[in-house]
Amino acid sequence: MSDSQRYGEPGVVLQASGLRPRPLAAGVAAVALAVVAGLTVGPVDIAAHRVALQLLDGLPGLAIDSGLSDAHAAIVEQIRLPRVALGLLVGATLAVSGATYQGAFRNPLADPYLLGIAAGAGLGATIAITSDLGDGAGVFDAVPLAAFAGALISVTVSYVAGHLGGRSTASLILAGIAVASFLTACQTYVLQANSDAFRQIFAWILGRLATSGWSEPALLLPYFAVTVGVVLRYRRALDVLAVGDEEAAALGLEPRRIRMIVVLAASLGAAAAVSVSGLIGFVGIIVPHTVRLAFGASNRLVLPLSILFGGAFMVLADLAARTALAPAELPIGVVTAFLGAPFFVLVLRTSRREVW
Amino acid sequence: MTPAAQQAVPEPGGAHATPAVSVKDLDVTLDGTHVLRGVDLAASRGEWVNIIGPNGAGKTTMLRALLGLVAFDGEIVIDGRRDRRRSARACKVAYVPQTPVIPPGMLVADYVLLGRTPHRGMFAAETADDRRIAAEVLARLDLAGFGERTVQSLSGGERQRAVMGRALAQQADVLLLDEPTTALDLGHQQDVLELVDALRRERGLTVIATLHDLTLAARYGDRIAILAQGRVAETGPPAEVLTVQNIEEHFGASVRIVDDPDGPVIVPTTTVSTQNGDQP
Repeated sequence: MSDSQRYGEPGVVLQASGLRPRPLAAGVAAVALAVVAGLTVGPVDIAAHRVALQLLDGLPGLAIDSGLSDAHAAIVEQIRLPRVALGLLVGATLAVSGATYQGAFRNPLADPYLLGIAAGAGLGATIAITSDLGDGAGVFDAVPLAAFAGALISVTVSYVAGHLGGRSTASLILAGIAVASFLTACQTYVLQANSDAFRQIFAWILGRLATSGWSEPALLLPYFAVTVGVVLRYRRALDVLAVGDEEAAALGLEPRRIRMIVVLAASLGAAAAVSVSGLIGFVGIIVPHTVRLAFGASNRLVLPLSILFGGAFMVLADLAARTALAPAELPIGVVTAFLGAPFFVLVLRTSRREVW
Repeated sequence: MTPAAQQAVPEPGGAHATPAVSVKDLDVTLDGTHVLRGVDLAASRGEWVNIIGPNGAGKTTMLRALLGLVAFDGEIVIDGRRDRRRSARACKVAYVPQTPVIPPGMLVADYVLLGRTPHRGMFAAETADDRRIAAEVLARLDLAGFGERTVQSLSGGERQRAVMGRALAQQADVLLLDEPTTALDLGHQQDVLELVDALRRERGLTVIATLHDLTLAARYGDRIAILAQGRVAETGPPAEVLTVQNIEEHFGASVRIVDDPDGPVIVPTTTVSTQNGDQP
């Protein structure tokens, strides 16, 4: 409270919330820790310093002998590195999308699946799997494409229907619930009619971070960039929206237009993340709330820190998913909830901040 | 309580007669209902005008039209400009809503800095100037030292001052207050209105407020406008507007008016027999 005591003195200006060095360093450290763990831990243990040397060797203009065998080098560079990269991207995208939804709808329970992304993606993936379109590989696999299309269609329909219903956030959320219920019903019908594909569809729904080289991270990267670019640009506007549409408008803003832009940007990233990783739940809720409880409620710090901690959380969850029952892999959606829920309860109990 | 020192305020029609706010023939229709019809209202620089009227008369809609939040026909001129763009309007007009939304977890410093939004735009960071203005406002409102607390954690009276602080940080010449005394006890009602009165003198603010309490409206305003069924029924100095007849006609209330040096006191009369058997 030393800062606040100085406010009364003449000539001292007050500080606004923002990304301070310490939380930023904590986020970067979390990412670094997760990356190191993700690259070194696995069926084959590889020393961290050798991994670092191997990665430096991969940089243009550097030739360093990491001391790794070709097989171990391949494990690091072609199996673990792309998977860690995908985990970072998926986790960061889902977390920042969730934070955006919570800010835009002023609702702590909002997550990226609020407007039917999960149901739409689920239906798309189910149709692709049951109609045997899913035999391609990587970018050309029909499952992610169908999931992506289903997710975008559901968000669009929710938005249009919500605006017809009076343009309030409540009507938008209700439209999202209606669209999600409808699409889930469709998906259940397709599933019932093709019960032989049940296992495959269920596995997709529970989420996974399997990679075939760099194609998945490369696919997701541009969407991640668009989402983060737009959402971070609007971080201050989202703080103004926290006082409600009426007061934000009285401060000169166009709340509905801002909400549409950020929600669509967040949805685009979430749809892309879901299409490559399946339905990984809980990240979009738990990470932003943990950041709020730990560091404060302003979107100027919640959004960027959600990117860092979301990515780190997903890489660590994936590490648990692939090592807990090795050689079998747990679905990552199970791990995010299994590890995330108790951790979140702990944060709730220990934090004294009131953020909602 | 000391009476408002009238001489410090430029008289309407005096040397500073340029109206800060001028509304002519204002029509607002909301969801097919004609809420305001042909409303005329003007406020001079530094003047305090109270809008009174029964529930549903269109008082809040009137303020929302001044803020540019509802579509309207007619003319609203603020500080000589007809600009309808919200951001331009927000630099001229600050608003204290009846029940402000208290954003969860927001710090008082951030909350007051929101008032700088119209000046810097929603994408730019606060400048040192913005922070200096916000700090000055906090100090003026006895909230220095509250910057790092959350708005939620403040008491009712402190919250009201924080909301006022956000409005002051806008550095707008016109301050709109929607029922500023609702939900406050008598002492805090007085505090808020005294504060507004002091601020308008210090900063030359033009104040337009809606008030339910007619006695307070008489005491603190230079002028009163009665809004009834979407029209301005009466306008003028409190003593002229607040008559038994006007109040009965527009509020359907039966009152007695007691003359007091500070202004008329409006006392509801009762039709039930009182203890000493007096009948109205």
